[in-house]
Amino acid sequence: MATEVAEHLEVHRHPEPTNFWTKYIFSIDHKVIGIQYIILAIVAVFVGMALSLLVRLRLVWPDKPIEILGTLFPVGAPEGVMTPEFYLAMLTMHGTMMVFMVLTTAPQGGFGNYILPIQIGAADMAFPTLNMLSFWTTFVSFVTLCAAFFVQGGAPIAGWTAYPPLSALDEATIGGYGQDLWLLSIAFFCIGSLLGALNFIVTTLQLRAKGLTMMRLPLTVWTWFVTAILGLLAFGVLLSAGVLLLMDRLGGTSFFIPGGLLVNDIPIDHTGGSPILWQHLFWFFGHPEVYIAILPGMGVTSHILATFARKPVFGYKAMVYAVVAIGALGFVVWGHHMFVSGMSPYSGFVFSVLTMCIGVPSAIKTFNWIGTLWGGKIRFTTPMLYSIGFVSLFVTGGISGIFLGQPSVDLFFHDTYFVVAHFHLIMGVAAIFGMFAGVAFWFPKFFGRMMSEGMGKVHFWLTFLGVYAIFGPMHYLGVIAHPRRYAETTSVDYLGAAGANEIHYFVTMAAMITVTVQCLFLINVVWSLFKGKRVTSDNPWEATTLEWVTATPPAHDNFEGRIPTVNHGPYEFSVPGAPRDYVMQCNAPDAAPARKSGE
Amino acid sequence: MALLLAVLIWIVAVGLAYPFIVDTWPLPDTITEHARQVDAQYRLTLWVTGIIFLLAQLALGYAVFKFGRNRPGAAAHVRGNERWEILWTTAATVLFVGLTFMGYTVWAEARFTESANRAPDEDRTIVEVVGQQFVWNMRYPGADGKFGPTKIELVDDALGNPLGVDRDHPDGKDDIVVPRMAVPVNRQVELQLKSKDVLHNYFVPELRIKLDTVPGITGTLRFTPDKIGTYEIVCSELCGLGHYKMRSFLEVKTQEDYDQWLVAQAEFLEQ
Repeated sequence: MATEVAEHLEVHRHPEPTNFWTKYIFSIDHKVIGIQYIILAIVAVFVGMALSLLVRLRLVWPDKPIEILGTLFPVGAPEGVMTPEFYLAMLTMHGTMMVFMVLTTAPQGGFGNYILPIQIGAADMAFPTLNMLSFWTTFVSFVTLCAAFFVQGGAPIAGWTAYPPLSALDEATIGGYGQDLWLLSIAFFCIGSLLGALNFIVTTLQLRAKGLTMMRLPLTVWTWFVTAILGLLAFGVLLSAGVLLLMDRLGGTSFFIPGGLLVNDIPIDHTGGSPILWQHLFWFFGHPEVYIAILPGMGVTSHILATFARKPVFGYKAMVYAVVAIGALGFVVWGHHMFVSGMSPYSGFVFSVLTMCIGVPSAIKTFNWIGTLWGGKIRFTTPMLYSIGFVSLFVTGGISGIFLGQPSVDLFFHDTYFVVAHFHLIMGVAAIFGMFAGVAFWFPKFFGRMMSEGMGKVHFWLTFLGVYAIFGPMHYLGVIAHPRRYAETTSVDYLGAAGANEIHYFVTMAAMITVTVQCLFLINVVWSLFKGKRVTSDNPWEATTLEWVTATPPAHDNFEGRIPTVNHGPYEFSVPGAPRDYVMQCNAPDAAPARKSGE
Repeated sequence: MALLLAVLIWIVAVGLAYPFIVDTWPLPDTITEHARQVDAQYRLTLWVTGIIFLLAQLALGYAVFKFGRNRPGAAAHVRGNERWEILWTTAATVLFVGLTFMGYTVWAEARFTESANRAPDEDRTIVEVVGQQFVWNMRYPGADGKFGPTKIELVDDALGNPLGVDRDHPDGKDDIVVPRMAVPVNRQVELQLKSKDVLHNYFVPELRIKLDTVPGITGTLRFTPDKIGTYEIVCSELCGLGHYKMRSFLEVKTQEDYDQWLVAQAEFLEQ
């Protein structure tokens, strides 16, 4: 075993880079690549938020000229009034930017890349060059997506789900190359993510330090590992679906376009395809994608709650099984996105039962998080606040899924703002709270300086209230049957009558404030990089896992050639009889009094 | 800090639940028995999830408030509690899966249109609904009860033939095509949903049902309205830049009014 580890070390120890390009740009060091993913996500998240603000403005003032918009977007907002197609383009790009470039990059490619190899005691990922390729493929995907804004016809308007025939036929939209670039971007993204997923799986299975059994893995590693498996199985399907749709658009094939269509009085020369086929392929990817976004957040939350409650994770085994169960069930519930698509009602019932089953491991996780806090001695650091916020948001966003998972009730709520509230809270905001927690928690390890606790706390309080102010009222819009993706409410009488405009106004105000508050986070990151309090210890949070035994920041090969041996479970806090209230994984076997086996 | 966070979590949880409890934004009116069943299922779900939601949020707030670092004593070295874990796993399974089975019949009523014991009523009103960017076309079979064939070449919006009905065919001669839907009260309606171009979705909030109109496929919806009135039909599947204004009306009339309306439409067709 020892020689095996040594061999791994030799294979994965690559020479330290000597110039700027190989050190910071085309780096094969997992730590640099992780930071690159996080920077990409931060850029994308600000673009995505700006897009959401345009969407919110259009909803509140559909016909009021806003001069600056006219200057910025002469085509999309002539004389400052956004056109409905501009609204749909912003909405499509907001969804795509957030789901792919933010929620899929930072939690896995960012934090996973940086932390996973260190937490398992490896010198790097299993395939460092492949890792670099994953990032740069993702970067090309990002650039391609952004290019869609600037081509003739502008960004696509078919939504982030790109349902054909709308996405397939230029006759049905303004046309142009936006949709093609979008599909190309998604294809690149899938390739990058597939390569990354392979790397994560092999690394987790092959490069663990001596003594680090699977049931001693930190829950962060478990969630990154399961997420990688989901990515491996899901992205291939989206890649092929995307290529098929691109062929329908450019190559004259008819995978998703049925015959006999008459679009805008133009007969369409396609025949034999099925629009529902796209929905099956898309959601076979799309539902696991939800867990790709949220699972790492769950891992980070479990990890941080235990660390700052100074208690072991409540029901560690149940937490592992729950993550695996969520991942497995995530592949057999895609049909609940299609209850109103016209697919067989019999399969609708099956998908419903399976969907409701996901509520069970989710409930287990929630109760175990509360159980972890119960009886602890909670240190209210900024990462801890974000993690507690995550639990609250996860409960709120998850509970509305119980409505949507039942087809009878979903027939009313499907494609209304109730759904918008549901998925934003759970896969958007909760996942982003997981990222906030991750940044605040690992920043001292990344850069050797603490983030400002003051700024962090103000940011937490305002953001926590802000996101509830934005997405809470959207549930009520769903109750009054407000369909989503409407550029304005003026054409439907019951919306104005039930008070939709007042709710929209409130939500837009809340969104503007909350987005502004996010600048505080960015300021905190930049300020702390240069002015943050220097850490005085390699383990400032008194945590237990292996990343806290490395130098700060970690050396090029992480452990400077001395891979630690793991003797303990990941969350040995407040062990009775131990000298301190935490026992690190690599501490000597006798650092914690023996427990009965099987625990 | 602990108290502040706990209070904030409690306020947010109660604040979010309160409008649901007092029905500040009530669900739209119901005009079918099925819609009332959906509402019953919705309210049951609201109770079950509401209790879980408040319990979880209040417990989270309480844990935050109670177990701050300044409390006396050490953190408990607890790895879990099998009894509690089995309890809440079982409870969640029973509640969540139970809800699905309870809602099963409501779903079956709406969508299991082909099964033997849910044979459609003989005297049902059949309407073909065809979505196109960004209008709805409703077709009635006329006195013969048969829809005539349609041809793309015959489509002409200006001549009042948006579906391309073959007027020379005996079945198509008396087909009525209108932009609004009228149906008689207390009689089953069968919708045959189609699309000319992209996906649309037929949604009437008061019916509590919606179904995509998928090009190339005919979807079926059946309902029996029991309240006279005019209700909005809104498109609920993104269909392009005019999605937000793709709207029509469902008029539920007395049998006499409906018959008169049909006659008037037929006369209009003659001219």
